[in-house]
Amino acid sequence: MMNPISLIEISIGAIFINNFVLSRFLGLCPFFGVSKKVSSAAGMGMAVIFVMTIASSFSWVIFNYILHPYHIEYLRTIVFILVIAGLVQLVEMALQKYSPTLYESLGIFLPLITTNCAVLGVAIINTDLNQTTGSPYTFIESLLNGIMSGVGFSLALLLMAGIREKTEFSPVPKALEGLPIAFITAGLMALAFLGFSGLNFFPAVGG
Amino acid sequence: MPIELLYPVIVVGSVGLFFGVGLAIASKKLQVYVNPRIAQILGLLPGANCGACGYPGCSGFAKAVAEGKTEASGSVCVPGGSKIAHAIADILGITADAVEPMMAVVHCNGGSDKALERSRYEGITDCHAAILIGNGSKICQDGCLGLGSCVRVCPFNAIHVTKEGVAVVDADKCTGCGKCVKVCPRKIISLIPKVHKIFLACSNHDRGAKVKKYCSVGCTACSLCVKATPSGAIIMENNLPVLDYAKEENFIPAAYKCPSRCFTDLVKTRSKANIDTKCNGCTACVAVCPVPGVISGEKDQRHVIDKDKCIGCGICLNACPLHAISMWGVGPLVKTTAGKR
Repeated sequence: MMNPISLIEISIGAIFINNFVLSRFLGLCPFFGVSKKVSSAAGMGMAVIFVMTIASSFSWVIFNYILHPYHIEYLRTIVFILVIAGLVQLVEMALQKYSPTLYESLGIFLPLITTNCAVLGVAIINTDLNQTTGSPYTFIESLLNGIMSGVGFSLALLLMAGIREKTEFSPVPKALEGLPIAFITAGLMALAFLGFSGLNFFPAVGG
Repeated sequence: MPIELLYPVIVVGSVGLFFGVGLAIASKKLQVYVNPRIAQILGLLPGANCGACGYPGCSGFAKAVAEGKTEASGSVCVPGGSKIAHAIADILGITADAVEPMMAVVHCNGGSDKALERSRYEGITDCHAAILIGNGSKICQDGCLGLGSCVRVCPFNAIHVTKEGVAVVDADKCTGCGKCVKVCPRKIISLIPKVHKIFLACSNHDRGAKVKKYCSVGCTACSLCVKATPSGAIIMENNLPVLDYAKEENFIPAAYKCPSRCFTDLVKTRSKANIDTKCNGCTACVAVCPVPGVISGEKDQRHVIDKDKCIGCGICLNACPLHAISMWGVGPLVKTTAGKR
């Protein structure tokens, strides 16, 4: 399964077709909470990519070498939350110690997303049976799916932040000012992303 | 009991234990020393993140103060004022200077009922945007645009725009952080010492005859306020009086003399002067009183002050050789001399 085409397919799928925010509707809290400014949205996006990558790699290892052998896959949600939260805490401490500059820029966002449903979502999806291939992701695929899901999340967040910076100066009806217009915008963006669902680059591979 | 039943307990328990112990060890190993004073100082600060100190928010300021990078005197944190400055000084073990509390004032009173417009602005409700389109809709090129750029930037919700379209600062809420001063594209907001209460509500530099045509409360540069202020605390600069608050002058007579009512007095009712029985009728007070006909009485007889006409400037207090005059009333006593704070 290690052919480059499947890797490209996973990337496109995670960024556009199954975009975490706009197609799966996961991680909506930071999507609205941190999308007021492009700069903070970029910081949040980086933190999400970072955490998703770590979470998907570690959860894959835990699932395949601990949960699966003992046939306790049904416990994955609770174990993943535990693992991701603990791991992010650890990474946060390590960052603060060894890379204060990176900590300064990501620091405030990291604790926000330890138990974010998008991060848990990517871990769960990685261990689920894949619809196209019929088997779960391999380690490399999980890792890639984690990174690209994070990229997709950042893309949605950045797009949203860009639009919201513009709507700040637009004559929005009084009743729709603030979050309501953001909700409407998000709905329209989700509709637009729905257009990607028909995307199929490599019909031969299936999917 | 089949051992399989215990797997979940063992696995989840051991994973939890592993991370718990791991985090406990890591928190010790990876501990970064954070100055506890930073958190203490941050707790004292107003938390408005107004940026008046020049640091990005209160946490930045707290860090700089704790590290001694900025003056801990607290004159840097204007919204916090002396009270917080002293509290911070206590933490740091130093002494703080007193801070003059300031407030922002809008130097314009020309609402739609007083100042004429030459066009109607229908663009974005933002003063900077309005300036770009023909320099605003008012004929007066220095008047308040009333689109509320200052209102939006105020972290203390202390400014509002009246229905006539002029920004007004709430003296009680204003902390003097100066954000509105920076954002105003007309540069008609400035900070004055809070004790003073009187300011010029006009920024127009045009000549008198021209101003009268389009604003009923515009300064006509008549210089009567300059004459009413013998200490020289008001000077005319480019057809507009400039008030020097540092000279601690009493601006009540100047405000009273202004024919266009350009001055705004934040005190609604001032205390009135009253002459008691010590008066011997020397008429020294009559000579200094800026309002004609307030003090009446025959020479060498006890004089009387007309309370309805008295403006409460308190100039006569210092003029009376017998100290027979005192201020009566509910309004705040006027400050007449420097250094009494």
